[in-house]
Amino acid sequence: MTAHLLSGTLLNTQPNIQAPDDFYQELVDMHRDLSAQQSALVNAKLILLLANHVGDPAILREAMRAARQDIDPDQPDGTRG
Amino acid sequence: MKTYLNPIYSCAAAIELSGPPHHWPVVVAGAGPVGLCAAIDLAQRGIDVMLLDEDNTVSVGSRAICWAKRTLEIFDRLGCGDCIVGKGVEWNVGRVFFRDEQIYQFDLLPEAGHRRPAFINLQQYWVEQILVERCLGLPQAELRWQNKVVGVTPRSDRVAIRVAAPDGEYTVHADWLIVADGARSPVRGMLGLESEGQAFHDRFLIADVLMHSDFPTERWFWFDPPFHRHQSALLHRQADNVWRIDFQLGPDADPEEEKKPEKIMPRLRAMLGDKTEFEIEWASVYTFQCRRMRSFRHGRALFVGDAAHLVSPFGARGANSGIQDVDNLIWKLELVMAGQAPESLLDSYDTERAFAADENIRHSTRSTDFITPKSEASRAFRDATLLLAKHHAFARRLVNSGRLSLPTTLDASVLSTPDRAGEAFASVVPLGGAAVDAPVEGPRGVWLLLYLDGGFTLLVFDTSVPADAVEALANDANSCNVAQVGGKSVAGASRIEDSERLVAARYDGKPGTCYLFRPDQHLCARWRSFDLQSVRAAIARATGQAYVEAMEAA
Repeated sequence: MTAHLLSGTLLNTQPNIQAPDDFYQELVDMHRDLSAQQSALVNAKLILLLANHVGDPAILREAMRAARQDIDPDQPDGTRG
Repeated sequence: MKTYLNPIYSCAAAIELSGPPHHWPVVVAGAGPVGLCAAIDLAQRGIDVMLLDEDNTVSVGSRAICWAKRTLEIFDRLGCGDCIVGKGVEWNVGRVFFRDEQIYQFDLLPEAGHRRPAFINLQQYWVEQILVERCLGLPQAELRWQNKVVGVTPRSDRVAIRVAAPDGEYTVHADWLIVADGARSPVRGMLGLESEGQAFHDRFLIADVLMHSDFPTERWFWFDPPFHRHQSALLHRQADNVWRIDFQLGPDADPEEEKKPEKIMPRLRAMLGDKTEFEIEWASVYTFQCRRMRSFRHGRALFVGDAAHLVSPFGARGANSGIQDVDNLIWKLELVMAGQAPESLLDSYDTERAFAADENIRHSTRSTDFITPKSEASRAFRDATLLLAKHHAFARRLVNSGRLSLPTTLDASVLSTPDRAGEAFASVVPLGGAAVDAPVEGPRGVWLLLYLDGGFTLLVFDTSVPADAVEALANDANSCNVAQVGGKSVAGASRIEDSERLVAARYDGKPGTCYLFRPDQHLCARWRSFDLQSVRAAIARATGQAYVEAMEAA
């Protein structure tokens, strides 16, 4: 539970969501009937809401770094291989 | 224009046209608001100054309109505060709209007990005219209209300046040249110098419109309004029922086409409604840039205002920061010219105001990115922020329609003396910050800032500085006045009464506390008890003595 603290990082990337499948379904359902542009807007709102809840800039920076990891600007779908 | 007739100024033919080059302590190139403030500040200090301008009038059409509290306080020191504030319109409320609804409003002035409001709006030409009139009343200042700088030859001991006047060309020599000739700065070009940074491609239409309307005196900013889809718009009141309207046009707009009245009128109609009667006073299409010179000092040439640094208009950081440049520079120049400070003190003008310019450029660039998103992701976050702002307080803090100009706190300035170990201050003015006003009673008037004028000032709380120490500080080469809040009267110190207890509250003024303010009213040292040698050392440091040592050590 405190592995992220012991490893010297602030961002908790260990399992922390109680019912992961339920959450995942809700996340996808949130986008039902939306165009790509509308979904992008909803995602942006969600990120801002969660970012404000987290608040700590060091954690947010770490999350942004983790999100950007493995994304290759030279690949059309952003990922290698 | 219906509401303003540009005055036409004239001046006598330059005496140099029929004689040898005249020598001036200081020449200022450019009589815009920043150059005029520089000339007034110098002349008030008894320094002869010549101000050159290629035109014969003030700004044609308004440009800067928002004058920030700190600028108004500087205008007070320059003897024009009442005049400018009296002519301007005060505003405190701003409203932000997204599409067809208001998402929130803000109030700039949550607090009483300040002489000047957070902002006033006044057309640039009015401000310049008032500054010109002030300048003409000062015998040390000579204003030469239609006298254009056409050549500059820097030397180690002076600057030779070639001037083209209606009756011919002549040369003058100056110990110091203050370059205030604006964004395109011909003098900067003559010296082979550049201002580096980023140009933005979006075009904006700016229109000053005369209308009698019941719109309140507020700042209204629209993102993506129904009358101007996918762009932004701004409505802001100025004096004489003139309203500033700003439309984002996008990068592909044709500036000549957009400036035509037949193109502007339908836009204004859509915004103001069919029933509002209005007339266009002045219109212009512009793009903007965020850039600055690498150094604001080049030997005896000192760059101020837009010549030194440029920002976007969002946040009113152009003219306001230029006037703070002057506020920072002139007291230093006076001390250097009088031999009371080393020439290197002027390098601190560069470091302090370049720091301020970077802060302004950072704010201004961020506002620009919010107002004109450059990518789909950026637009999605922008729109997401605006949608959230209607319901959630946190998102209102992220909305950026311009972060309005505040004085720069000169963090980590080499001129500041670090706090003594173990001393803490819960003051609204941090070390390096500009003094904050408060109501008082005393011999010079009812505002604290009146007592921090005219040189270094030590503000002391409820403590009696020994009379011989007050006298010693007054007689030092770089002298210092003592202003005492409460306590027993001491000969030589100004005694002020903290009538509403706001000075002590704002400055955490526990008995014994001492604040040392520079002549530009920035705080450069503070202590919880008085010590004469500490004050003297701090003044030495603030006048460049420590700076010399630090430079030599480096």
